Order: sequence, then C-alpha cells, then structure tokens
Amino acid sequence: MPSFIRNPKDFFAGLLFLIISLGELYIAQDYSMGTARRMGPGYFPVVLGMILTAFALIMIFRALLGKRDVMDSFAFKPLILILGGSLLFAVMVRPIGMFPAIVVMVFLSALGSKASRPLPALLLGLGLAVGSVLAFVKGLGQPIPVLGSWFGDLNYILHLGP
Amino acid sequence: MDLFHNLAIGLGAAITPINLVYCFIGCVLGTLIGVLPGIGPAATIAMLLPITFTLKADAALIMLAGIYYGAQYGGSTTAILVNLPGEASSVVTTLDGYQMARQGRAGVALATSAIGSFFAGTVATLILAMFAPPLAAIALKFGPAEYFALMVLGLVASVVLAQGSLIKALAMIIFGLLIGIIGADVNSGLPRFTFGLPELSDRLELVAVAMGMFGLGEIITNLQHQETRGSVIGKVTGLMPGLRDLKDMSWPIVRGTIVGSILGILPGGGAMLGSFASYSIEKKMAKDPSRFGRGAIEGVAGPESANNAAAQTSFIPMLTLGIPSNVIMALMAGAMIIQGVQPGPAVMREQPELFWGLIVSMWVGNLMLVILNLPLIGIWVRLCTVPYHHLYPAIMVFCAIGVFTLNNSTFDVYIMVLFGLVGYVFTKLECEPAPMLLGMVLGPQMEEYLRRAMLLSRGDPLVFVQRPISAGLLVVTVLAMVAVAMPTIRAKRDEALKE
Repeated sequence: MPSFIRNPKDFFAGLLFLIISLGELYIAQDYSMGTARRMGPGYFPVVLGMILTAFALIMIFRALLGKRDVMDSFAFKPLILILGGSLLFAVMVRPIGMFPAIVVMVFLSALGSKASRPLPALLLGLGLAVGSVLAFVKGLGQPIPVLGSWFGDLNYILHLGP
Repeated sequence: MDLFHNLAIGLGAAITPINLVYCFIGCVLGTLIGVLPGIGPAATIAMLLPITFTLKADAALIMLAGIYYGAQYGGSTTAILVNLPGEASSVVTTLDGYQMARQGRAGVALATSAIGSFFAGTVATLILAMFAPPLAAIALKFGPAEYFALMVLGLVASVVLAQGSLIKALAMIIFGLLIGIIGADVNSGLPRFTFGLPELSDRLELVAVAMGMFGLGEIITNLQHQETRGSVIGKVTGLMPGLRDLKDMSWPIVRGTIVGSILGILPGGGAMLGSFASYSIEKKMAKDPSRFGRGAIEGVAGPESANNAAAQTSFIPMLTLGIPSNVIMALMAGAMIIQGVQPGPAVMREQPELFWGLIVSMWVGNLMLVILNLPLIGIWVRLCTVPYHHLYPAIMVFCAIGVFTLNNSTFDVYIMVLFGLVGYVFTKLECEPAPMLLGMVLGPQMEEYLRRAMLLSRGDPLVFVQRPISAGLLVVTVLAMVAVAMPTIRAKRDEALKE
C-alpha cells in the first residue's frame, strides 16, 4: 500500500464508486436527456451519476488527508466457497437436478468454516437435500426438477415430481 | 369512536383461523431466527417472500410482520442466556441481561424482557391505530413534489441516524437508486443499463439482491470472524420477578416504550436505534449508573421494550405514506406489491380489513409470543447451541431454492451470487448495504415523481421550495445533514451509538 493513501478503506470505496459512476455516465450517454420539463430516459441517471462522481472524489480526497486506518484482509476461502457453491447450484439445478446441486453446494460451502470436516459436511448436504425435496417439492409443490434433464425420465419413473 | 370501530374490523380479520395460523407461524419463525445468531429478520423475510406468492394478501403480511417483531423477542433470549446478540437490536441486552443470568437471575431477566416487550407491543399497536389515519389523510393531499421531497428526506434520514461515514452511506443510496432504475424506462420503454440482457429489462429482482447482500454477504463476513461463544446458561429457574423487580422495571419499560415508538416512526429508525437510545437514557437517569453492565434490571427492561415498540411503529410510514423507512419495511412493501397492493394512503380506505387486520394481528402476535416464549425457553436454549457451521449451509439452501423458484429462473440465482460479492466487498470497505437496498426500492418511484413534478411546474425546479410541505420536508433534510456534519454533534452521535 503506497504511504500517501492514509485511509485505504475510504480510498478503495471512493475508487469503486468512481468506476461505477463513470461507467454509468458512459452508458447513459446514449440515452436522450430531454428537457427539465419533459425528462428523457437519460436525465435522472445522468444527474445521479454526477452526484455519485462528486461523492467518490470527496471520498478519495479525504482518504489522502484524513485519519490513518488499515484495511483488513479479505476472507478468500469462505468467499470463494460460498459464492462458488451457490454458483454451482445455479449451473447444476436444471441439467443435473436440485438434489445433486444441493449436495454439492452444501458440501463446498460448509468447508468455508474452519470448524467443518469433509464427512460431516457431506452428510449435512445429503440431509439438507432430502429435507428440501420433502419441504419444497413434496410439501409446497414447487416445480423444481429433483433430478435434471441428464437423468431423462428417471425423475418421473421415481415419482420425484411435485 | 372511529378507533374502536377500526380495531373491531381489524380484530375480525385478525382472528379468523387461517390468519391466526399464519400469525403463529410468523411469530414462531421470528423467535427462531431471533434466537439464532447470524440470521436476521431481513434475510428471513427475503427468503419467505417467494412462498407468500401462494398466500392471500392479509395472511402473507401478517406472517411477515410476525417475523419482525417475533425476532425482537427471540433475540433477547440469546442475548441473556448466551451473551450473544441474536439480533442487532438486542446488542445492548447482552450488557446487563447476561450479567443477570450469571447471578442466577436468568428467569427474571427473561420475564422482564417478555413483560416489557408485551407492554411496548400493546402501546405501539394503539399508537399505530391512532396515528395512521391522520397521516394517511395528509398523504392523500400530497402531489408529486411532496412525494419526491418525502423520499429525499426518508433516504437521507435513514443514513443520518445510522452509524458510520455519512458520505459513504449517501453514495450507497445513489448506487441503490441507479440499481433500482435498471430495466425498461417507464415513459419511453427504452431499456436502460441492461447490458443487452433481456432478463434485466424487467428490473432487478429485489429478493435476489437482498438475499445476496444480507444472506450470502453476511455469511462470508461471519465466517471471517469465526464465532466465539460465551458459556451457555443452561438452567433457567425462577421466572417470577419479585415485587422489587416489578417496581424497578416499570418506569424503564414506560420510557423505553415511548423512546422506541418515536424512533420507530422516524425514517431510518427501527428496532436497533430504539434499544441503544433507551439504554443510554436509563443509564443517565439511574441514581447509581455504575450498576449498569453488572446486571441492572433497568438495562434489560428499557431496551427490550424500546426495540419491540420501534419494530411496530416503523410500519407507520410504510403503511400510510407508502415509503419504507428501513430495509425490512422495504421488503414488506415488496411483499405488498407481489400481492397486488400498492403501499400508500389508499390501502387503509380501499382495503380496511387488510390494513386493520395487520395492525391488530400485531397485538395478537405479541400475546402469542408471551405465552409461547416463556414455557419454550428450554427449546430455544438448545437452539442457541446449534453450531454456525451447521446453520449457514441450511440458510444457503433456503436462499438458493427461494431465489430460483421466484421466477423459475437461474438468472436470479446469478444475481444473488453477484450481490453476495458486492455486499461483502462493500462491507469490507465499511459501506453499509442497507441504504443501497432502500435506494433500490425507491429509485423508480423517485424518478417518476420527479418527472411528474417537473412536468406540472413546466420545468421549474423551484416548485420543490415553493410548495410549503415540500419545502418543509427539504429544510428538515438539509438540517439533518448539517447536524450530522457538525463535528460536536457527530462525536456525540458516534458515542451514543457505540455505548
């Protein structure tokens, strides 16, 4: 961290907001502004984008002058396992089905905690998958494929539908 | 009397068997998630929104409301017995509640909290019933300029009362407003900020964003600060408070109820703020402030009454003006819209059964919670001890399935994952996610009111200061911002929130 950045939290927040606002203003160029009386689709977003740019610049400015502070580390392991697990659920739920998708998601995300062990995490996944099928598919009748299209007719043969 | 007539309508609607059942489910669920640390009412209400599709409007709202005030009851149980706040609003209860428990007075502490909460809930229900009709009558006279000014005030006030940097919270609001207007423009039909994705033309799904930020984002944050638990007070004996205890708790309960009711109505207020304010008031009023933090019964009675009162009165702006004052109310407004009810002053007139039924159900629910909570303490204690690494995967399953079934689309799950990342990164940078969500809900309406006000004034922006109500609201907004920006008041605010 370069030493002229006195408050990295403020600095990176400002930088992030600056990227968001400038990107937003860039996209909004294509929308017509209209007039103050008859506002076009671009009017409101452009005004917001300009305010956000101002806020971002103030934040960056303050980060260079204000109180010193430190940035805590990012928790990469839980971050990747939790988000990756949920992402895999979305990818798997249609082709492979809800049951395997939940087992995979729970197994991966449970390992994000230091207290988890692989075998209990797997068992937790199986338990939650069974519970979800009973609660959501059988109980609430939600139209979610228990086993996905990869398993062809198996879903119907086993009467796993709602 | 109109009041009694209205309450009678409400009672009739609230005690139909089906609504009683959903009120009960809401209260039990609320207590459950209140007891469990690491999952709050915002995430729970977001998780259950998809399920409420299948319910009738009144049953759905009664259940969701039960979750919010039920969580206030449950949160105190964990605070007293485990020294962990089950909810953010019971943080201060840990200070004296756990000390009481260690001195063998766990039962008295729990009873104090239940009595205080019930008293506060009853008073808040009456306040809600008394203040809602006049406010709604005023709101019916509002034009677009007034609504726009009211939203500006609501958004700004919601961050003035919160902790942390003002400018970051304001930036989060603007970011939220921008996220909110993603999708087809109402006037021209032009798709805005959709990146060519057809799924985005119908606006971002509020539930997916909320679950990402409050569900996944918080799980990751919690895992980084792996839980350290105090020793659980397993045995609870002697629920009955003595005469002396009753005397000591009565005034704090009354004061807590008043403070909580007022702070709950304010934009940005809500359960947490009420409990903090009440604790510092009780400490200031006490003859011997040094008892606080060592098991003072006033330190449990006041805040526990305040958080429950505030949880209920925070419904007032949403139900009468249509403007949610905190994230939970934003989700409640979302639930009403799902049911085809536009939150606002018209609800009371057009659907009195729904409106009054919801209000009276809060009192019925409070009664259930008192009866339910004390005998079931044993079960709640055992639940407190469920380790977090078994709990959060279950929360994730709920989030994933809930979001997927919303529109039967995997796209919404991707949105949830994306906002899980956004929520975590912003939390790391000390930017609170709540103002963003509020902005997201109000974004489309705000643009619409701005457009209409400017059209009516023929493009003259002075309309916002020429109309008295709108001008008044904007003056209050500016005063609130100036007040927070002033260093002395700022220091006091941070001190008060830290205590």
